[in-house]
Amino acid sequence: MGRLKTIARRTFLIGSAAVVGGVVFGVYTVRKPHENPLTAGAGEAVLTPYVKITADGITLITPRADSGQGVYHVQAALIAEELDVDLDQIKADPGPPSPAYWNTALAAEAAEFMVPAAGVMQDMAEGAVNSVMKVIGLQITGGSTTVPDQFEKLRLAGASARETIKALVAEREGVAVTDLTTASGAVILPDGQKIPYTSLAADLAGAEVVQDVPLRDPSQWRYLGKPMQRIDMLAKSTGTQNYGIDASVEGMVHATVLMNPAQGGGMADYDAAEALAMRGVKAVVPITGGLGIVADNTWRAFRAAQAINVTWEDPSFPLEQADHWATLEAAFTPDAQDSQKRNDGDVDTALSDGEVLTAEYRAPYLAHAPLEPVNAIVRVDDDRAEVWTGTQIPRFIQANVSRITGIPADNVTVHVQMMGGSFGHRLEDEVVKQATEIAMQMKGTPVKLTLSREEDMLHDFPRQIAMARMRGKVANGQVEALDLGIAMPSVVASQLSRQHQSAPGPDSQIVAGAWEQPFAIPHQRVTGYRAQPLAPISSWRSVGASSNGFFYNAALDELIEAAGADPLEERLRLCSDPLARQTLETVAEMSGWFGIGGLANGSRTGRGVALTKSFGVHCAQVIEVTDTGSGLRIDNVWAAAEVGRVVDPVNFENLMQGGVIYGLGHAMNSEITYTGGVAEQSNFDLNPGMRLHQCPNIFVRGLENGDRVLGIGEPPVPPAAPALAGAIWAVTGTRLREMPFSKTVRFV
Amino acid sequence: MQLRINGTLHEVDVEDDMPLLWVLRDELGLTGTKFGCGIAQCGACTVHLDGVAVRSCQTWAIDAKGAEITTIEGLGTPDLLHAVQAAWLTEQVAQCGYCQSGQMMQAASLLLENPEPTDQEIDDAMSGNLCRCGTYPRIRAAVKRAANLMQEG
Repeated sequence: MGRLKTIARRTFLIGSAAVVGGVVFGVYTVRKPHENPLTAGAGEAVLTPYVKITADGITLITPRADSGQGVYHVQAALIAEELDVDLDQIKADPGPPSPAYWNTALAAEAAEFMVPAAGVMQDMAEGAVNSVMKVIGLQITGGSTTVPDQFEKLRLAGASARETIKALVAEREGVAVTDLTTASGAVILPDGQKIPYTSLAADLAGAEVVQDVPLRDPSQWRYLGKPMQRIDMLAKSTGTQNYGIDASVEGMVHATVLMNPAQGGGMADYDAAEALAMRGVKAVVPITGGLGIVADNTWRAFRAAQAINVTWEDPSFPLEQADHWATLEAAFTPDAQDSQKRNDGDVDTALSDGEVLTAEYRAPYLAHAPLEPVNAIVRVDDDRAEVWTGTQIPRFIQANVSRITGIPADNVTVHVQMMGGSFGHRLEDEVVKQATEIAMQMKGTPVKLTLSREEDMLHDFPRQIAMARMRGKVANGQVEALDLGIAMPSVVASQLSRQHQSAPGPDSQIVAGAWEQPFAIPHQRVTGYRAQPLAPISSWRSVGASSNGFFYNAALDELIEAAGADPLEERLRLCSDPLARQTLETVAEMSGWFGIGGLANGSRTGRGVALTKSFGVHCAQVIEVTDTGSGLRIDNVWAAAEVGRVVDPVNFENLMQGGVIYGLGHAMNSEITYTGGVAEQSNFDLNPGMRLHQCPNIFVRGLENGDRVLGIGEPPVPPAAPALAGAIWAVTGTRLREMPFSKTVRFV
Repeated sequence: MQLRINGTLHEVDVEDDMPLLWVLRDELGLTGTKFGCGIAQCGACTVHLDGVAVRSCQTWAIDAKGAEITTIEGLGTPDLLHAVQAAWLTEQVAQCGYCQSGQMMQAASLLLENPEPTDQEIDDAMSGNLCRCGTYPRIRAAVKRAANLMQEG
């Protein structure tokens, strides 16, 4: 530890540790490293492991979970680039949950959330939050943070491991390190002889780690920035990829749950006699808020659940949807003000005379609904517990299983499984809590809990419901003033409450995607209002920006129309950030922008444009819609995003297209509404998102002008809805102010 | 009852009305076929009965008796790819990949019936298969690539 002081100016320090049959290489952060989670006995060093080399092979520990965004692959590529191994030579393993894998980038986001200040205060706050997050040990996958967080760490781990291996070989063979090269997982001697890394595993365990290895210049990269075949692509193209729902443990039973369909409501009484008499049913056990049904086959458990009569209690939130909206309407008050992170010029004076435009916008609750229903296998023994599940929050799961069972967290093992989608859904762990409560009642037996689609969707803590009110003014053909108020319940508070955490200070997600937009409107104010908690809510792909990107761009569009300006030209004129400007100019060029077309120009085809900065990424989209006479058809989308560096162009394009589709499909077709406290949409018949026949052509470009490497999972979502709304206005003359748009217009 | 799956006869002791999906997954451990919705709205569970795509969540075990059942495991393997799988791999279609077994089974059935589908015919055949990650542009491209591969033989 004494050495840490002298290297405090550095961000990272590489270390190694012996493990059974080999060595692991990894990265310390300079402040109080956590204990190495991969230790396997006495006399071992402490580090954050990323590369494990044993006689059996090379394993890259990829601690961010994969829900389809390809992060196992990207993390493996970052290590392999410096380690000089081929992607088909290595295994990726998410590793055990460990505070050593804490997520630096997310801490920075959290600091922003807790302290809305800039400069020195911001830096201090980040330091504080980093400490807090280290204590909590947030091994979280979310907020498009994987790439920025791991971009340096993983390459450093790979580089240091490579040079340590070379140093060992140089000494053993009596040659200069500079005469050695590396390729395909082997050191190559001057005479061409190849020594596989794996053959050195035992000797490496005691080797001194080579520090301060310079990272390769991007011009030398073999993998990064070039099209690669994702390491999971063969399995996912052959049905051989195993997900959590496919996991199997010796002696396991199959279970499902029957929970109060009104989220969080209690259970007054139940009669399971008929279910217990059904074939294969082993048990019906009460758990918090419902019942666990245990059988010898998932379908038998599903069927038995339908045969149980339960008297449910009401939830704590309003039963009817209208009352949810009324709560938001009532939240635009000084008392409910949560933040006012932007207040440029003099909005009150600017809006005190002349013609003031007003409008109100709404965004509904939305289910995440990844295609793999949530599931978990849990086995509880007297002194230890084991969990197999697809999750973005393994550390919280460890803590929650410990809390429920009384077993120390160190004795709770979480095996992170591949996820069949998430979109934020697997930032929650109710299914693990439920499986743990069932498993507690049948100790020693692994319980595989699978939710039916209906149970999953009814209890999918949805995206926040949100409302915005705009006042604005134009002058001399330009947008002059914008006063945007946004009201929603706090998604962060709702989510953290389920993890027994609190969130002091304002919730920046209430205004994320609105207050920090790169448009220099002379008089501009963005105010966040925190509505009273309603239905429990959770982070949905792009979180606050998923609603606010629509509100901000839709409001801007109305003002631009009033000014008689072109929506793209006026955005460019207002643009205050060169990166955003380049992004807008790119979509203008890609789409051959010639104006909005549409009714005003005698065409049935029209265009809209939007730009949202979210998660640090500027993403702009131009969308083209045709009124076919039998419904609106989205023809083309041109999308550009500024991410600093495109790590894998194929995966980038796929994620951009997917984000656009996720944003469009829900803006068009989806909502969750409550009646009697129960969601009215419980399966894909009523909540489809987008299907293939509605999918437009989507042209994608990644921009690399910024100096930070940023993730692309979420930023394509927010601008999709407003760009579509703009195009629909161009061809119909109807301003859409409420999602889903299918309430107002018809799509093919 | 006896079910013929991927060329092999399996003896299973299940109710007549157990969906084929759960016979495959829980009784036989053939987990390549996925559970998504249970009401034939997502297509993740698509398998072939005598070459025709069906939703196995809505197909009773008894109704599959006597048919040649093909699952994704029987379509091709990592070592011996079906043309559809080869196309899916080349186009790098998958994100989470969970829907892709069903997508590939649907596409294989389409191409068996219609070796040269138009864009509209691809849309019509594939729109019952939901992809929540939004890989639709790549699915369209992969279906066309697979059609070409099969034409080339």
